[in-house]
Amino acid sequence: MVPILRSLARVGRMLPKIYGKPNYPIRLLSSTKPLRSPTSSILEFDEDVELFRSVVSRFNADVVAPRVEKMDEEEHIDPIIISSLFEMGLMAVETPEEYGGAGASFTAAVAIVEELAKCDPSVSVLNDVHNTLVNTCVRKWGSDYIKETYLPPLATGKLGAFALSEPSAGSDAFALRTRARKLSDGDFVIEGGKMWITNGAEAEIFVVFANADPEKGYRGITAFVVEKPWGVNVVKKEKKLGIRASSTAVLSFDEVHVPKQNVLGVYGQGYKIAIECLNEGRIGIAAQMTGLAQGAFDRAVSYAFKDRQQFGKYIGEFQGMQFQIAQIASEIEAARLLLYNAARIKEAGGQFVKEAAMAKLIASQVAERTASKAVEWMGGVGFTRDEKVEKFYRDAKIGAIYEGTSNIQLQTIAKLIQKSYV
Amino acid sequence: MWSSKNSVHVFGSPTSSRPTTCQLFRPPLQQQYVVITILAMPPRLNIVVPIKRVIDFAIKPRINQTKNVIETNGVKFSLNPFCEIAVEEAVRLRESSKDLVESITLVSAGSAKIQDTLRAGLALGADKATLIDIPAIDDSRSLELEPLAVAKLLKAFVEKSNANLVIMGKQAIDDDSNQTGQMLAGLLNWSQATNASKVTVDEASGVVTVAREIDGGTETLSAPLPLVITTDLRLNTPRYTKLQDIMKAKKKKTEKITPEDLGVDITPRLEIVSLSEPAKRTGGGKVDSVDALIGKLKGAGAI
Repeated sequence: MVPILRSLARVGRMLPKIYGKPNYPIRLLSSTKPLRSPTSSILEFDEDVELFRSVVSRFNADVVAPRVEKMDEEEHIDPIIISSLFEMGLMAVETPEEYGGAGASFTAAVAIVEELAKCDPSVSVLNDVHNTLVNTCVRKWGSDYIKETYLPPLATGKLGAFALSEPSAGSDAFALRTRARKLSDGDFVIEGGKMWITNGAEAEIFVVFANADPEKGYRGITAFVVEKPWGVNVVKKEKKLGIRASSTAVLSFDEVHVPKQNVLGVYGQGYKIAIECLNEGRIGIAAQMTGLAQGAFDRAVSYAFKDRQQFGKYIGEFQGMQFQIAQIASEIEAARLLLYNAARIKEAGGQFVKEAAMAKLIASQVAERTASKAVEWMGGVGFTRDEKVEKFYRDAKIGAIYEGTSNIQLQTIAKLIQKSYV
Repeated sequence: MWSSKNSVHVFGSPTSSRPTTCQLFRPPLQQQYVVITILAMPPRLNIVVPIKRVIDFAIKPRINQTKNVIETNGVKFSLNPFCEIAVEEAVRLRESSKDLVESITLVSAGSAKIQDTLRAGLALGADKATLIDIPAIDDSRSLELEPLAVAKLLKAFVEKSNANLVIMGKQAIDDDSNQTGQMLAGLLNWSQATNASKVTVDEASGVVTVAREIDGGTETLSAPLPLVITTDLRLNTPRYTKLQDIMKAKKKKTEKITPEDLGVDITPRLEIVSLSEPAKRTGGGKVDSVDALIGKLKGAGAI
């Protein structure tokens, strides 16, 4: 009798793994509305998020749209856009109110990134890195001193950047070589160089990962909050294929003295912070790519149905075009559902690594396909720079590369799937 | 202690300014004096801003032919642009001078969905909001709430809330009636200044000067309080609401009342017989020189 019960119990424990039943408590997504009815779409957001979206879409139309082309040509984000983002509170979405933030949810932050990307993915990534990487790191792992010193300026005017990658440490991030030498009084001196740092040229506050104990391998990596005047040099701004307005900088740290109270989190556990931050950041990039796809789609489909006529009718009325439009629309919807599903699970406190990796993988692929089709649908006109659609095609490529290449995402997903079959 | 002129000052409410002295009585030396003063207080504005939730201006409305109503399923709604300008103007009046504005109250009539719109208005800077709950008037039946009914509801509400200034949009972008403000002023027997493009309040006298955009140009009126002002497009450009303000707006008070509470009968008196889209635009022509343009205009009899 007992052995039978034991084996039944073993089977019972395995069931959630096999059928993927969520084993986290179902919590409210946000405090403003009661749990949504079972029949409504997960793309129905509460009024906070909808209000934020309408604020951002108005911001896009009035402030960003007139400047997109110029910023892309000059490879430089207009300072007015950065200061307006701060003024409107868009740079401290999740930061609690006592530090000057809006105190809103992760879904709200992600929705803002998505909405910004519909107009300019460069502005979107600036906001995404600042909100979901830098602000999150400081908020979650910062001591009270760090939170009180850095969250307010990050909310009101100082841009942040996340300095992890190096020339020899991209996907293999923990092979980083930047050293943090410990001094006798407990302070550190950081020496080394970082590469591919988004916002690197405009940022004033950096979250820097350096190895304080190389003999321990990755367990020596420590995260620091570093201020630019302490000696962070912008060596070079990369000239890129896409998101040209966003600065991607090579940074050098030449004997940068960092006080001991600027250690973020626990000494030697920087690798944990990097992993967790990047998991969340993946959802942010998925949002950027989904917004990009939607922006390109809207531009091209409006052209096909309202502007361009050939052979006596609008080109969008030909069946060949209609099938392509329907296919792409379905893919964008799928990417969006993956994105907000990952965001929901993260907010509810569940395991979201696989869902986040899937969201970023699919969103970047969908963005690339959508942007490519959008240029085709607009024909010769889509190929010209004036019509503002070819930029989406160039911008989409980075989605498969930064914050975890698509190969890394595939590997992450595969390993998690493998675990559930072992 | 006596003042030198044997007159006494009384300090009234903390918001008063320019207290005037008057000689009231001479208290005996042994007693403590009691101070009484008549104060000339500048008017404080108690503003009511009625707002309306309408189909977003960027969306092209479509007609649901079977039901003979505007298609509202899945359509985005937002705050009427003229109402947004009205809220912005009230907030600017408050910012222009300390203590000028005592309170800004929003009010809107319809189904529970207008809560979102009220929140957007609170985020712009209003103090509190009132929702006149009419569950039957959901999105697709909003045209059944006619301007006269709204004006009657607003009259009752304004009288209940002791307001002395109403700032509202000149018209809603769904029905374009441009009637409610004028009717409200008539029912309240207040002055009205409609289609305002500039509003100035003289704090000392409480006289409001309004520049109005009319067909022939600009007309400037001045009127004492109480007053109904309706806003035109060029009165101001509403601010971008900060996220922090949107979150704070959640904590501001919103109350719900019904037309019965106000004692108003809102039965419609008009019946919509049919709805149809305007005739489609026929194509124009393109010319490539000024002479060709002049030729075409002459040909069309325009010049």
